[in-house]
Amino acid sequence: MTFSGEFFAFMSLALVAVIGGVLLLNLTKVVHMVVALVFTFVSIAGIYVLLSAEFLAAVQILIYSGAITIIMLFGIMLTRHNDTSEPKIGRWRKLLLFAGVLGFAFAVYIGIYNLDLPSAPNDLHVNNTEQIGIELYSKFIIPFEVTSVLLLVALIGSIVLAKKDDEKEAEKE
Amino acid sequence: MSTVPVQAYLALALILFCIGLYGALTKRNTVIVLISIELMLNAVNINLVAFSKYGITPSITGQIFTLFVIAVAAAEVAVGIAILISLYRNKKSVNIDEMDAMKH
Repeated sequence: MTFSGEFFAFMSLALVAVIGGVLLLNLTKVVHMVVALVFTFVSIAGIYVLLSAEFLAAVQILIYSGAITIIMLFGIMLTRHNDTSEPKIGRWRKLLLFAGVLGFAFAVYIGIYNLDLPSAPNDLHVNNTEQIGIELYSKFIIPFEVTSVLLLVALIGSIVLAKKDDEKEAEKE
Repeated sequence: MSTVPVQAYLALALILFCIGLYGALTKRNTVIVLISIELMLNAVNINLVAFSKYGITPSITGQIFTLFVIAVAAAEVAVGIAILISLYRNKKSVNIDEMDAMKH
């Protein structure tokens, strides 16, 4: 494998992504965990650029590092946390889970290692956003509309779930 | 031709997925469990985009699927945080092992 610029970019982005994930597992304060995960999201956006998906990279930055992280921070700050308490989960259970996840990773890695795909030339990088738009509005128009319904349902559902139910309490009294 | 093989992208996605899976299974805080699930969804998105470029028949469809996954993930986070705040109002706790009202 030659040491090219693309390889260097991939390795540094992957390193930042994995470090963010490991920090998520090891930090103790909840806000620090979320901030560590922002690094992972941003470097995944860089990975998308390497895979010639520039529009997805922009969407990733907007949605994940912007919206979802802010929503998570709101969720953290609206609730109270006992940061420094020891986890109740047992050491044996943790070890068992770690072994299970490691076994899963090994099993999938065997499949990845033996993978040999013939590479075909592609033109995904020319006018990426235009290609996505044409495909989305010609072949995927029904899923696109269903997604709008899903977002509306999620909006109304989260408002209904999170609002204070004053009326019920008034009825009880 | 590219110098980074498709296996490297798949291995990165696998590592991120395993980190997310371990975090979702071991963490006590519900916000961290939610965000670990987001990490797993992101890993799957990397796989989809990698196959959309380096698959046997490269096409833009993988990127479209990733867009749909991102939309569904955003909806899921909104509903999850709403459920979390509603639970916190009733139980004064965000620890996932104390949310066992349906167990007893």
